[in-house]
Amino acid sequence: MIDTSRFPATNAIGDFIRATLPGPAAELTNIVLAVLAILTVVGLTPVALIWMERKVAAHFQARLGPMRVGYHGLLQPLADGIKLIFKEVMKPEGADTFVFFLAPILSATASFMVLTVIPFDHHLQVTDLAGGVLYVIAVAGLGIMGVLLAGWSSNNKYSLLGAMRSGAQMISYEISLALLMLLIVLLSGTASLREIVFSQAGTVLDWWIFKFPLFGLVAFVLFLISSTAELNRAPFDMAEAESELTGGFTTEYSGISFAMFFLAEFVNMFMAASLTTTFFLGGFLAPQFGLAPLDRVLDAIPGFLWFFLKSYSVIFIYMWFRWTFPRPRVDQLMNLEWKVLVPANFFLLLVAGLFVAMGLV
Amino acid sequence: MKTNAKNTQGRVRPVERGEFVPDGQAHWSLAGYLTHLANGCLSLVKGMGLTFGYFVHPGRIVTQQYPENRETLAMFPRFRGRLALVTDAASGAPLCTACGMCEKACPNGTISILARRDPANRKVLGRYLYRFSQCTLCNLCVESCAFGAIRMAQDFELAAYDRSDLQLVLYGKED
Repeated sequence: MIDTSRFPATNAIGDFIRATLPGPAAELTNIVLAVLAILTVVGLTPVALIWMERKVAAHFQARLGPMRVGYHGLLQPLADGIKLIFKEVMKPEGADTFVFFLAPILSATASFMVLTVIPFDHHLQVTDLAGGVLYVIAVAGLGIMGVLLAGWSSNNKYSLLGAMRSGAQMISYEISLALLMLLIVLLSGTASLREIVFSQAGTVLDWWIFKFPLFGLVAFVLFLISSTAELNRAPFDMAEAESELTGGFTTEYSGISFAMFFLAEFVNMFMAASLTTTFFLGGFLAPQFGLAPLDRVLDAIPGFLWFFLKSYSVIFIYMWFRWTFPRPRVDQLMNLEWKVLVPANFFLLLVAGLFVAMGLV
Repeated sequence: MKTNAKNTQGRVRPVERGEFVPDGQAHWSLAGYLTHLANGCLSLVKGMGLTFGYFVHPGRIVTQQYPENRETLAMFPRFRGRLALVTDAASGAPLCTACGMCEKACPNGTISILARRDPANRKVLGRYLYRFSQCTLCNLCVESCAFGAIRMAQDFELAAYDRSDLQLVLYGKED
């Protein structure tokens, strides 16, 4: 059994505030601090990812990418951001004003809300819900609301079609994502994200990608595929298909409203990567190889650094997918989900049930 | 004949039903399906290997940091800049015989050749006019030349402020 005293759930700042302020005030301060921390992550993730996406894309295509703004284009996201902020926010004639401007906020909020249950480190988690996985599935659905409302309120048939296609795709692939999350819940015996990470304590081979022999690896790959589709990222970005079509549900959006969708997209990518990390790659736990001196060195590195390293590696894989694979057709996409992924996930669940019943994992 | 057509019309082929049917197989089979799946996955991995190769080899990058490397940037041999005359390495005289084939080959009337007689009364090149503003860099003149006397140079900073700056005299006196 894992020694939880090594991983206290409290942290220095929270304890200090609890000690100095009276009860309710301390809780309120802590909540505000937590929201600020998450907002910082939400704010900085797209900055890092925009730069990373552009550089990674360029190098996959034997280009250099942004090189002019700052050292190797490091200030490029800032330039992009300023450009988007200064652009005029336009609303098409006949659009539903309230819903039109609500939709991007809804999308951004959904990705923001999922981050509250992600364990960035053993003491860096806003709240650890007992049904954390359930919460993740439920809140991720809000993002689809944003997409559908954006298409609906734009008063543009192409926006509407794009939104319906994105929505159909996201709803379909959410089923395989939920099934894969269920698989991990079944294997680890808990739905709390923190406990799921602890269930992977030990060496690298105790991470769910390896601990569930071979099938873990399959589940990991399936999770990557379904989350790529869930994110509406290439190669599953038929609704937007930026190189061929207009922007799908974002067609009518400009300026800061578009930036919100953009932000939501990148934060969603980070969110999917951190969920992959939490479920399959041992979350914030340092990789241990069973070699005492090496393990001590790796363990000395703070958990959140490991968490971000693993998440960004997964994000790199998403980008690798994007710049390698050609886009399938819509019917191929739906075939993949309903005829390959869903049966495969049910099969994996069955196998996992057997493993758990026979006490093999 | 007629019955055949009817049969094929009535049947929905597995491909049309959206099922994976490997090449050379008429019907769906589990073995075929799994082979198809494995081959598909393998091809995806191959593609990822290819792109990763580009990612980890910065030496393969083709982008030029142009204004910065202006001094060292050498254009590639196949690049077609403006037209240039090839001269004889020993004497420095142009190889051009003023035959006028390039003038005839040019679809835009870019080239004008004025021949003159040398003291031995042979026809030699007098002036070679090249109106760069009309040139589309199509390379037809170079291909038509029987003596290898003209080539496409690799210069690329060819903008000019005045149209008359693009009337180039490649050989002979300026007017």
